[in-house]
Amino acid sequence: MPRLRPATRTTLVAWLLLSPALVLLALFTHYPAIATVWRSFHSTPRGARPAVFVGLENYEAMVADPIFWTSLANTGIYAAATVPLSMALALAMALLVNAAIPGRGLARLAFFTPTVLPMIAVANLWLFFFTPGYGLIDRATSALFGWGPTNWIGDPQTALGAMIAIAIWKEAGFFMIFYLAALQAIPPTLYDAARVEGASRWTTFRRVTLPLLGPTSLFILVNAVINGFRLVDHIIVMTRGGPDNATQLLLTYIYEVGFRFWDTATASALTVVLLVMLGLLALIQFAALERRTHYR
Amino acid sequence: MTARSVAQPANAHRRPVDRAALAGRALEAFAAWILAVLWVSPLLYALWAAFHPTAYAVTFDLAAPLTLENFRAAWDAAPFARYFLNTFVLVTMILAAQFVLCTLAAFAFARTRFLGSDLLFALVLVQLMVMPDILMVENYRTMRELGLVDTTLAIGLPYMASAFGIFLLRQAFKQVPRELEEAATVEGCGTWRLLTRVYVPLARPTYLAYGLTSVSYHWNNFLWPLVITNTVETRPLTVGLSIFAAVDQGIDWSIISAATLMSSGPLLIAFLLFQRQFMQSFMRAGIR
Repeated sequence: MPRLRPATRTTLVAWLLLSPALVLLALFTHYPAIATVWRSFHSTPRGARPAVFVGLENYEAMVADPIFWTSLANTGIYAAATVPLSMALALAMALLVNAAIPGRGLARLAFFTPTVLPMIAVANLWLFFFTPGYGLIDRATSALFGWGPTNWIGDPQTALGAMIAIAIWKEAGFFMIFYLAALQAIPPTLYDAARVEGASRWTTFRRVTLPLLGPTSLFILVNAVINGFRLVDHIIVMTRGGPDNATQLLLTYIYEVGFRFWDTATASALTVVLLVMLGLLALIQFAALERRTHYR
Repeated sequence: MTARSVAQPANAHRRPVDRAALAGRALEAFAAWILAVLWVSPLLYALWAAFHPTAYAVTFDLAAPLTLENFRAAWDAAPFARYFLNTFVLVTMILAAQFVLCTLAAFAFARTRFLGSDLLFALVLVQLMVMPDILMVENYRTMRELGLVDTTLAIGLPYMASAFGIFLLRQAFKQVPRELEEAATVEGCGTWRLLTRVYVPLARPTYLAYGLTSVSYHWNNFLWPLVITNTVETRPLTVGLSIFAAVDQGIDWSIISAATLMSSGPLLIAFLLFQRQFMQSFMRAGIR
């Protein structure tokens, strides 16, 4: 065997080490992403009829489909509500359990528990909470405000809100631990300095704590937005996108079109929309990171 | 604020009692407690309903008798033993594959700069954004062509090469001092021994962190397994539970609660026992 130059050998070994992971990544991430785009310009093969090139027909049908627009709008509302609310709650939780309050270990545990519970399992429990009449939420609202029974997940007016509430409940405790880590990494000397300056608690929070949580917030934000697109397990079992598509999100609609109607061409076009949204998110994140490094 | 109160309790004693600050702190503790109770209430309810007869599922009476009947009924109503086995096999298989594949890839990225390394790493990171469940339509087609539909392997395969794992382990491997590596090379260690004797042992906390996040993720994963499985022999717990609850149509909350507790039980108990490790692991896994 001829002796290889060290640089060539290094490259060969590296490629060898990488190949198993790369093959799987290519097969289940890169190839399907590209194939989805390809598939979206073709018809759905049915029985003996193979797929044929149809140009933009799938997209034209998608744009003409009111459920697509509903699901897109719902995805927007879902993300726009879940992301800021779960982040704000996460920060509040982190501040609360970082302080010297009695039983903070238990509180921390309580906040984090939804993270390890399967979404499918908690969906069952929430289903009971939302039951009209004797569900816990109706009992609470009737005791506190004297409201009558509300069909929280059966009424198009409230169903999406109910799904958002569950998502926030699931996410906030998970994001809390990142804020908690960031809070504990802030040097105490900064707080001493703020105290010497006579800063109030609010000023200290706004001028010292909050700016130092910036990078953590960016990290959480990106993850929260990605989850905003893909946290749909509870919707699939609780409402199946209903009533009247009130809780239909892009991903639940992809599931319905792809695996209930078996219309893979339309499902591919819908997936392309989701991929474009994720691509834009990646660009924004990249730009934000660039700007941060310029500041340093 | 918070750090001050922890760091200097002596100082606080000397100052005249600041009633406003004291009230503020009490309010904070109160808020934390309300929020905490709110957050565990679904779990508390499940515990209540599962361990009491159905008659007490919606009426809360401290004198209600305790029972394990709901667990027995749930266990008999669906093949939970099989679902447990399926989930256990699935989670173990994914974790083992992830450890091997991600270790090899992370080692290559951390230690060497080679032709195309930056581009390849960027290609790996794509998976952080585009997770396999988003591409389920196309991945289902691939599995059908491979003849793998309705197999445990098909549930796990798209997750085995995990960008997240590669990223985490690469970070950990980069922390290994170069001197250690040089010393090992002088002693005659080859690449393989270097990896298994120096790098992997030093990255143990990262393996624990990644392992815990991976196990909880795949124990709880639902959408892709729902799509790719259709028999009792392959269905994981989450899919089995969803079918069980859908059939019952929410008639008996006690049995549904028992089934819910049962299927999240192992993970929940592990979490309660090792809560510090769990939280630190999720924290470590999140900080990039």
